[in-house]
Parts: sequence; structure tokens; C-alpha cells
Amino acid sequence: MPPDTLLAMTEVLPHLDGYVYPNEIRLLWSVLIVIYPYITGLVAGAFILASLVRVFQVKALEPVYRFSLLTSFSFLLAAPLPLLFHLGHPERCYEVMMTPHVTSPMAMFGFVYAWYLMAVLLLELWFDYRKDFVEWSKSERGIHGIIYRLFTLGVTDVSEPALRLDARLGKIITVVGIPSAFLLHGYVGFIFGSIKANPWWGNVLMPIIFIFSAIVSGIALCVALYMAINWGRRVAQNLNCLDMMARFLFYALVLDAAIETLDWIHRLYAAEESVSVLKTLASGKLFYTLLVGQACLGTVVPLLLLGLVQILRERIPAIGRQRIYFLSSVLILLGVFAMRWNVVIGGQLFSKSLRGFTTYKTELAGQEGWFLSIALILLPFFILGIMLRYFLPVKYVFATHAQSGHNGPEATLADRISPELPERPQKKPAL
Amino acid sequence: MKQPLTRRNVLFKIGGTLAGLLSFAAARTAKAAVQKHFVSTLAPKGYDPTKHKWLMALDIEKCIGCGLCVEACKTENKVPKGATYFRTWIERYIIKKPEPGSGESRGEVLVDSPNGGISGFPPALVPREEILKSFFVPKLCNLCENSPCTQACPVGATFDSPDGAVLIDPNYCIGCGFCIQACPYGCRFMNPETKTAEKCTLCYHRITRGLKPACVEICPTEARIFGDLKNPIADDPIQNFIAKNKIQALKPHLGTGPRVLYAGMDKEVR
Repeated sequence: MPPDTLLAMTEVLPHLDGYVYPNEIRLLWSVLIVIYPYITGLVAGAFILASLVRVFQVKALEPVYRFSLLTSFSFLLAAPLPLLFHLGHPERCYEVMMTPHVTSPMAMFGFVYAWYLMAVLLLELWFDYRKDFVEWSKSERGIHGIIYRLFTLGVTDVSEPALRLDARLGKIITVVGIPSAFLLHGYVGFIFGSIKANPWWGNVLMPIIFIFSAIVSGIALCVALYMAINWGRRVAQNLNCLDMMARFLFYALVLDAAIETLDWIHRLYAAEESVSVLKTLASGKLFYTLLVGQACLGTVVPLLLLGLVQILRERIPAIGRQRIYFLSSVLILLGVFAMRWNVVIGGQLFSKSLRGFTTYKTELAGQEGWFLSIALILLPFFILGIMLRYFLPVKYVFATHAQSGHNGPEATLADRISPELPERPQKKPAL
Repeated sequence: MKQPLTRRNVLFKIGGTLAGLLSFAAARTAKAAVQKHFVSTLAPKGYDPTKHKWLMALDIEKCIGCGLCVEACKTENKVPKGATYFRTWIERYIIKKPEPGSGESRGEVLVDSPNGGISGFPPALVPREEILKSFFVPKLCNLCENSPCTQACPVGATFDSPDGAVLIDPNYCIGCGFCIQACPYGCRFMNPETKTAEKCTLCYHRITRGLKPACVEICPTEARIFGDLKNPIADDPIQNFIAKNKIQALKPHLGTGPRVLYAGMDKEVR
């Protein structure tokens, strides 16, 4: 027996149903590529929430303005890592920016990312925080004072006209930022939507589905994190703000669900060549993640819960509303993760011959295993924790809002009468 | 940094940074475009890709599924061993007879390609009397005119050579796998050793030296036909093939413009 045949016989292949092109038997894009659009979506969604305050003047959301910006920023810092770890040659990644191939949607990545990081988020945060940096650099001693002074970039002018310029530029950047957020995540959708070879992906609605699911997941993340942080800091929940976030979450979810339903109705009605393999995929390999996870738990249940609050409003007691909001947000976050899974992994489970299915099992360790994946998902939360300690400390979170013009309606008395700075950890800031 | 904070200053600084970044990227792009035309593609010096147009054609009626072409390809091109890495492979189609009284023209269609067909095919599990017809289909890169893999590559590591081959620069490929997803024919794979995308090159190192691709050279039944459309020889096999057969291509509805020709193909082949 030739050695090749022997090797092939001893090689453990994934379980196959029907016929799969030999090169497709092993999945190419693993759970890391699931995490990447998930994190990017959270970035875009959290930014849209922040822009509601800045551009659309939704006063009730002011307490979460800086928080959602910092969330967006923390997740953006972690966003390229799953991609980088997945590349066969991560050391050549700079070529995507240095020699971009203009017809490739993926070549956009570097530019969209850099634009969003440097031209949108960093600038917006800096203009918003500049006055605070100047003040903190004066009131803080030692290394922290120096760090805050570095953050001012030497621009220490806090006169009235300078602050007005800050506010105006901040607003302009947010206006630019909204289409940029759509671009950031719409292009991720386009990466999949432009693959005509794959009927599960190649779909004109894909970028729009990605954008709306991103908004939904970003707001849900801010709701869940905001509530969790308030619990952790033993601060009363700001129901006014939560009600407003939940309302926007509900509206976004309605749009998201409508577009995804339209997608399915179109697929089933048009019933192209691929429809039977896609139906088998949805009801078989993806039953738990698509029908149970994404559609039922991640969409229908939160829609009903949040819709109930929209109808009954104050008739539901405060604690009940809080629980509904938290539960819905967590369900939505899991549902959107399931959606990313269904797109990325689901699209590779069936053969482009439309004649069969392969299987996917994630390893525990290794470059594309569960350990690294979980670490990459937790990383942005860790970054956010550091950010919050330095840029949104509990004691004067509302007080600074009052000073910088983002007046939170519930700047509590306790916050105002104890303006001394909180104790700072001895770690270096992440920036 | 004692300049006053004015809109003009801020915008100047932002604009300057952006312009710097963009011009650096543009310079690198230009350099890469030049490099691509002078890059060594395993072709000998003096080979002019604009003077040739290579094409492969497959006669399904002649293929006996022996698997020699798959083996020759793996050996010639050092394709990784294992059942999931192929530049070319053979599929066996078994179309069963329809159930009596079903009113169908044909029964179930079974397709397999055990280890790419490299060692031939074991006897079919379907009893002979239930088989309506059976045939083998060799697969390889379809040398698309509008190749979706080239379109998708984010760095331009894969490119359409003027002579019809679609090639990859392995020293440039970043290993993202987007081209593999973009190929509708499943013709690309990620080489586990080099961590770069890989595909059929039509044995570029051979054809540029006047030889035939390894799979064509070894085929015992002449099911694989290879030729140069720009330089037909006397009694040119590929011209004869085109003249004598009804020709089909794989998945033409996708608009990729597949150039590899198939004769005697059944509608079940995808």
C-alpha cells in the first residue's frame, strides 16, 4: 500500500454527510473569525448609543455617554487581535495597509480600522476629556499627574473659547463617526455578503443585517455592563436612563428582526438552487444556534420582554423593569454571538457542491482553540475595566459630567459634596 | 506645543498625519505593482506570458478514475499529503435508476472522492443493477476569466497571469484564507506547512519550459487535454477537442468565466 494511502486512512477526518469537496473538509475560518465580527459589532453599536447623546440630543442617555464611548474604544482596541491570530502569516499583516488590493473588501480593513480608531474614537474621546485631563494633571501628583499631562498633548488652554471649540469639534467628529460606525460594521458584512461562491453568505442584505445586529448588540452590551457596574459600585440604577436605552434597544431589535426575517422569506420564496441545502443546514447542523439560540432566545424572547415594557411602562415596578432589561440584554448578546457563529461557521459547514456537510469541532488549546477565544473575548472587558478606573471613577463620574457640560440629571448630592479624587491603583494606564 | 488651539492648527495637524500615512501606503502600492510584473514565477528567463494562452480541457467519457493524475500532481508540486489538500482531484458520480413508477428520469445521485481519488476508487456500494450510469469528473482550478479569488485577495498576492494561469506569490500571501472562501469550485486550500493559500498553477514551472502539466503527461487515456490557444501546433489536440465536442463549463451562472472546458458532462456535476 502506498504511504499516501496509508496516511489518508489513518488521518482523522471530520464526520461528513454526503459529498464535500476534499479541500473543504476542514473548516478554514474558525471561532476566531466568529469573535472578530462580534467584537466589531459591539464597537459600532456602543458608538451609535453615544452618538444618540451627542448628535440627537437624547438627554436621558447622558449618564452613559462617556461610558459607551469608552466601551466602544476598549472593544476596538481588541478587535483586530482575533484576525491577527488567525492569519497564516501575521508578520505580513501590514501589507494589507501598505499594498492594499483595491478590489478586495478585506483590504479595506486596515483603513476603516485606523480611521475609526484615530479619526473618530481617539479624537472624540480626547476632545471630550481634554478639560478633565488639564484639571486632573494639576490635581494629581506623581506618575498619574504626568500621565494625565501627557494625555493633554500639551494643549492646556481651558478658556471658554477653547472649550467651545472642543465641543464643536467633538460634535463634528460624532457626526462623521455615525457613518463611520456603519462603514466599520457594514464592511464586515460585505466581506461575507460579497462571496458569491457561498449562497449562505452572498447576499445583498448581509451588510445591513450586520449593521443592525451590531447596533442591537452594542446597546445591549452597554445596558448589561452599565447595570452590572452600578451594582458593583453600589450605586442606584438610573432608571430614567435605562428606560431610554431599553427603548432604543427595542426599536433597533425590531428593525434587526424584520430585516433578518425578510432575508429568510426571500430565500425561501426565491428558492434558488441552494435552498434545500440551506434548509437542511438551518434545521439540522444549526438547529440549536440558529433556531433556538439566535431566533428564539436571542430575538423573539427579548422582543416580547422589551415590547411588554414599552406597553406597560411604569406599571411594571422598577425592580421588575431592571430585571427585564438585564435579562433581555444578556439574551441579545448571546443571540448576536450565535448569529455570528451561524454566519461564519454555518457558511462553511456545507459544501459548495451543495451535496453535503462537514462538521466543526473547536480544539481546547492551540492557536484557534477555546482558551485563546475566551481570552480574546474577555480582553476588551479587561481593557474597559482599566479605562473605567482611570477615566470614569465612581466618585466623580457624575460630577465631571456636570462640569463638562454633559449634565447628568442625577448628579447625586454625595458626588457633589465629596469631590476628592478616588484612590488610584498603582498600575499604569492602558493608553 | 505652545501654539494656540485653533481650528486651523488642529485641522492642519490631522490633515498632515493623514496625508503622510496615505502617501506612504501609495508608495508601497506602486512598488508592489512594479514588483509583481518582475516577480519570478518559476518561469525561465525569457518566457513572455503575453505570447501564450494556456488552457486545459477534460473529456469525461475518457476518464477511468485511476487517480494517477492526482498522485502525479501531489508528487510534482509537493502538495501536502493528507485527504484535504488537492490541486486536482477526481469525483465519481453514481446516478441510480429511478424508483419504478416514480415518474422520475433518474434516481439518487451519489458522489464520492475518497482521498481525492488518488488511489483509484473502491467498488461502489450500490449494486450494479441499481446503477443508471456512472462517470468520473476530474477537477482543478477553472482558470476563471473573472477569478473571484484574485478579486478577493486583500494584498494582491494572487494574480491573473496574462497567459491564463491564476498564480499565488507565496512570499506575499498573508494566509487570510479569503480567496479560499471566494473560490466556488473548492480548488484552493491552505497549505499547513507554508501557511499560505495554494492552488493548481498548471505546473507553471513545466509549461513555461515547453512541457505539459504533470497530470496531462501521466493521464493514460488522454482524458486531459492541454494546449496553447495562441500557438496552435499541427493537428492541435485542444483545437480538435473544441471542434468535435459539445463543451460545458462548471457553474457558469456565477459569472466567474471558467475557462476549463468539459465534454460529456452531466447536469448533476457541480
